[in-house]
Amino acid sequence: MAFIAFLILFPLLPAAMMLLVESPAVRKGIIIISAIAIAVISVDLAFSAPKDAPHYVNSAFHSLDNILLAGELILACTLLYLCRKLPFRKYWIPLMVVLQTGMVLWIELSGKLHDVKTQHVFFYDNLSLIMAVIIGVIGTLICVYAVGYMNQYHHHHHDIPDRQKLFFFTMFLFLSAMFGIVFADNLMWLYFFWEITTLCSFIMIGYSGTEEAVTNAFRALWMNLLGGLAFAIAIVYCVTVLKIIELDDLLNSGKSAAILLPVVLIAFAGLTKSAQFPFSAWLLGAMVAPTPVSALLHSSTMVKAGVYIIIKLAPAMLITIPGTMLTPGILIALIGAVSFLACSCLAISQSNAKRVLAYSTIANLGLIVLCAGVGSYLALWAAILLLIFHAVAKALLFLTVGTIEQQIGSRDIEDMHGLISKMPRITIIMLIGITGMFLAPFGMLISKWAALEALAVSDPFLPLAVIFGSSATLFFWGKWMGKLIAITNVKSDAESRICHEEWFVLSTLAGMTIAICALFPLVGSYFIEPLYGHDPILSKEHIIMVAILLGLVLLVPIAFFFNWKKLRNAEPYLCGAGIKDNYSQFTGSLGTKEWKLSNYYLEKYFGEARLFKLSVVISTILIIITFTIVCYGAR
Amino acid sequence: MGQDNNMKLLLAALAFVILTPVVCGLLAGFDRILTAKMQGRYGPPLLQPFFDVLKLFEKENLMVNQFYHSFYLICYLIFMVASGILFFTGQDLLLVIFAFTLADIFLVLAAYSTNSPYSFIGAERELLLMMSAEPMLLIAAVGLFMATKSFKVGAIADVADFSTISHLPGVFIGLLFILTIKLRKSPFDLSTSHHAHQELIKGVTTEFAGPSLALVEIAHWYETAIMLGIIYLFFAANPVIAVSVIIAAYFIEILIDNTFARFKWELTLTSSWTVSLVFGGLNLIVLFIIEKVKI
Amino acid sequence: MSFITKSPWIVHYDGSSCNGCDIEVLACLTPMYDVERFGIINTGNPKHADIFLVTGYVNTQNVDVIKNIYRKMPDPKVVVAIGICASTGNFFRECYNALGGIDTIIPVDVYVPGCAARPEAIIDGVVKALGILDQKKNKTYIPPAKPEGIIK
Repeated sequence: MAFIAFLILFPLLPAAMMLLVESPAVRKGIIIISAIAIAVISVDLAFSAPKDAPHYVNSAFHSLDNILLAGELILACTLLYLCRKLPFRKYWIPLMVVLQTGMVLWIELSGKLHDVKTQHVFFYDNLSLIMAVIIGVIGTLICVYAVGYMNQYHHHHHDIPDRQKLFFFTMFLFLSAMFGIVFADNLMWLYFFWEITTLCSFIMIGYSGTEEAVTNAFRALWMNLLGGLAFAIAIVYCVTVLKIIELDDLLNSGKSAAILLPVVLIAFAGLTKSAQFPFSAWLLGAMVAPTPVSALLHSSTMVKAGVYIIIKLAPAMLITIPGTMLTPGILIALIGAVSFLACSCLAISQSNAKRVLAYSTIANLGLIVLCAGVGSYLALWAAILLLIFHAVAKALLFLTVGTIEQQIGSRDIEDMHGLISKMPRITIIMLIGITGMFLAPFGMLISKWAALEALAVSDPFLPLAVIFGSSATLFFWGKWMGKLIAITNVKSDAESRICHEEWFVLSTLAGMTIAICALFPLVGSYFIEPLYGHDPILSKEHIIMVAILLGLVLLVPIAFFFNWKKLRNAEPYLCGAGIKDNYSQFTGSLGTKEWKLSNYYLEKYFGEARLFKLSVVISTILIIITFTIVCYGAR
Repeated sequence: MGQDNNMKLLLAALAFVILTPVVCGLLAGFDRILTAKMQGRYGPPLLQPFFDVLKLFEKENLMVNQFYHSFYLICYLIFMVASGILFFTGQDLLLVIFAFTLADIFLVLAAYSTNSPYSFIGAERELLLMMSAEPMLLIAAVGLFMATKSFKVGAIADVADFSTISHLPGVFIGLLFILTIKLRKSPFDLSTSHHAHQELIKGVTTEFAGPSLALVEIAHWYETAIMLGIIYLFFAANPVIAVSVIIAAYFIEILIDNTFARFKWELTLTSSWTVSLVFGGLNLIVLFIIEKVKI
Repeated sequence: MSFITKSPWIVHYDGSSCNGCDIEVLACLTPMYDVERFGIINTGNPKHADIFLVTGYVNTQNVDVIKNIYRKMPDPKVVVAIGICASTGNFFRECYNALGGIDTIIPVDVYVPGCAARPEAIIDGVVKALGILDQKKNKTYIPPAKPEGIIK
């Protein structure tokens, strides 16, 4: 109980201090100390808490309700204030804020809650503990990185006003809200924290203040508000019709189909938060934000809240909709499948590194949603493994891209050609991140393996989506790796300009990526098994095989330290037109010419123009079908 | 009992590592003789592939850009052998395919690291070929799971009747289609080939000299063994029939190699994915529906 | 025991020939003469090749190209000059752009005269080159002295 209160409340302290402190050195000190505190406490909680069953925190304090009321009002006013400059035709954005807040306030003030059991306000179970570690460790690492990054950012961009106080305030507020989401059992509190993350996302995306940033911030706002609206409607339905306000009551209310409508509504909120199709545009637009924002909000943590809630609702989504043979789980899984397949293919045609990472994020979240929708024990295992590994690897990749962008001035993959000669250590860290995303025996591959084995048991359609999507991911990661490792022997001192915070965080995350895949059996048996039972992926044979492969892969870098005998050097073969000892030029017809190597982008097949629109259409149809069927079943 | 089992696994692994170069080298020699006969020539001696590899070990190795790219190729060979050992000791088929992909990535990385135009094109096309072939391989694994209720190669090979092939005819045909890709035969020899093709020079293997090239050749033999092993699984009930099917499939591949011109990459990608979806995917769906109806 | 004679791979370059000798070289690969019987493969890549077959003489434009290709071949290697143009420059050697036969810029091991050289002669030359290759491998090769009295 004390830990939960600490984790939710403590980040508010540095957040408030951020607004007051002027000196950057003091700010840096506060951030580092707070980061260490939060990380240590969250890991301690995860290891010391009993893992057999969920533990609830009873609320005897009625003043908590008043705090919630006040919080809601402040949040709504803040959002409306931020929308004040919107043109009149976008009236529907503030309207959504008003509707949501109105619904929730009505529930609180009209006394409906008196008939409802409001005993458990907060809780924790193994899934919450896993999420808490992710938020506590990775979230704080990103905050530390941001200290060094934002200094350089403002150094390079003199035209952007320095609002670092607001920036770090929002970061810590966000951490607090995320802890609130994973520990909240009362749906009203969950909704409140949910909307705080929406607010944080809006502030951070619009940080640079340029027109593009503001447009994208508002796009993120309305898509997330749509989810919030769905959440609010779900709460109203739960309180008035079902007389339930707590998540555990919702999930344990027996197998009745009455809970399906709010479950699907909350799942819809999860889909918007994790940028599944048709709501993917906001995540792609959010890439204009500074890199720590992309890492924290839009790959490791906030979007994980969306899939977290879907994983939590997975048991409820297995209930068959009356009058049909379908479950909402299958329909949600189909939406996840569309996102996974479409985004894996779309990433092939992108050359902007952050867009590739964004598409990859949405794709992996789609895979988690797919597994959660299927809902079997094996599939949920795979979903949680994916969640953990993706959080670490994606944070690493985003932060490394941020560092690279600051040094070479571009985030285009074409400009990263031959990076291993210019910035060898950063490139190696980047390679660890990329291989961690798609190669055996690293974590994401293990999770995909688990997912495929889990899905093959139920039906062939979903495995087909996973198979084709997974083949597409191999292409774009492979060609990115190739660009990075091309040896050009062009030296540069760019690495010396990278600050200590960035080095520390990047190396830690790289180490974590490797360590976690070595430790995945322990994670599995310690955390996930008590929740969902034993997974055959963890059978002794599999672990031995993966360990052998991992051992072999880890031996690879050791070979770089060997003294390979000096061989004769020969330039690349260019049909004789090469120049002696020249590795980038050849004799053309009018003198020497330089060659330039560029990747395939396969625009015709995987370009955004066609594929994006098609996926939006298909996913919208799926959502409409889902709601129609569920409403039909609920009447 | 556990000790006994471990001994058997160790023996299987050793047999694979030692016998494959011999068997697949002879198969490659047989391939060249048959190709020559189809073209009205005599062809080289049967042991020619061994002469080639041994000669390559006697040649000087070259560096490009002062980087010892053979290092990536050594990894390619090691992981290909590891993938094969996983397969022939009866482990999980999905892990075998993923390790196989890992090995292939090392080949691609070796080509990329040379920063040479022809190697680069070869590497991009090799990734494209991997992307084209991988769906069918994974569909085959899922199909074998649906037919035999296990992902383990050992369990699949122990099936006593021909139910595997009778349940998975479409998957088998699709697998033969992408076998052409994996064996680097025309029309899918986009990234490198044994015959000189001018637009690529040698694609992926352009910058590899001497021992490096020998490693690629030996790894290709192991790759052939694994692919033919997957074909074997479909007829595992009767080893004689299975081996005959393998020989027939290989003969058809040689025939296709000699009669088709190289496809463009667009056609390769679209045809592979279409075949995987139509033959493989439909097979799985039909199998699923049949099992649902029975229950 | 050296395997280099059992699997000699060739790379062929046309310096500035009339293509007559080139056609004869390619004829060796056809079913009529079938040099693959000896394990010979025409790789288009010097890094894979043992024998460098050159036709045509050296001119100012292809000096660097020929040296480039020769440099990229890994040891041990042999050069076979095919046709009289590659051997001595033929009657073109006094042209303004001609620098002479191949041996003016790289060491040639076997000369196959003829205009155009016949496939049988080419195969004969390649077989001689194999013997020299074997000697180079065993490090017992002594290059012959350059012939006296070449008319420039």
